[in-house]
Amino acid sequence: MTAQKEMSCKELVELVTDYLEGVLPPGDRTRFEDHLKECPGCETYLDQMRQTVRALGRLSEDSVPAEAKETLLETFRNWKQARSL
Amino acid sequence: MMSLNKTMVAADTPKGAFPEAVFEADPRQFYADERALVEGLRNGDEDAFALLVGRHHNALLRVAMFYVPSRAVAEEVVQETWVGVLQGIGRFEGRSSLKTWIFSILTHRAKTRGQQESRHISFSSLSHSECESSEPALTPDRFLPADHEQWPHHWALPPQSWGESPEKRLLSKETQVHLRQAIAALPEAQQEVIRLRDIEQWTSQEVCNVLGISETNQRVLLHRARSRVRRGLESYLQKGLG
Repeated sequence: MTAQKEMSCKELVELVTDYLEGVLPPGDRTRFEDHLKECPGCETYLDQMRQTVRALGRLSEDSVPAEAKETLLETFRNWKQARSL
Repeated sequence: MMSLNKTMVAADTPKGAFPEAVFEADPRQFYADERALVEGLRNGDEDAFALLVGRHHNALLRVAMFYVPSRAVAEEVVQETWVGVLQGIGRFEGRSSLKTWIFSILTHRAKTRGQQESRHISFSSLSHSECESSEPALTPDRFLPADHEQWPHHWALPPQSWGESPEKRLLSKETQVHLRQAIAALPEAQQEVIRLRDIEQWTSQEVCNVLGISETNQRVLLHRARSRVRRGLESYLQKGLG
């Protein structure tokens, strides 16, 4: 009997996040990495998931609507003034 | 030791230099250190507060909306949260991060409000229902059938390269617009998790605490969201390659 079944590509794509999060059990991690060494398609897939995460990290957060910000700064000034009284 | 503040920096400015130049310093840089930011708030520096608002206000509002039934109530809760932050900053001890502290004020208030208002679908039940259905990362036609003689469940249509310099293309304004659209099209729970994790760079623990979900559900939502966004990028970038 073989120790453990080889990982298929279909299985691998569903484990990519667990792999990147570092939560794959050691056995699965080994199967995952063994598969990657042999499979250019999955290597590309993993790389594209990494690129996707990186691209998301570079998106700027939406700016706060001016009106909301002004209201809050007003709150801040009132707080500051009340404090110094 | 003296605490760090902008006035002190200004006092150090050599005679003849324009003190304004000091204040033009980017507050993000000046307050890169969290202790400096807390100190700035305590000293009543508006820049410090504006920086925090810019960083967290939108996320506070989005999270609040998962706890209360309407946007109007969510806005009130967030306003109360900021007031709570100002009133409590003097007692903030730095045992958790400033962000964790601010969001704990929010969730506390939002839960109380949510209970007072009519019943509302919580994020955790929303996430449960989204996680229940199965959602493969890719359509089944991307893989060979299970009964394939040599390569069961291996690629039928492997992903194609995203071109010579994908990094550059991913940074383009146009791609960024597509990315934002792809996120906006995600189911609600997936959308919030990927925003907090990948755009705002929260840890999984922080996301679980604020949204009240398990690590497992958080990962399922993140995985589905990332897989969908990758798919969106794939079809968009592939078109460009003709």
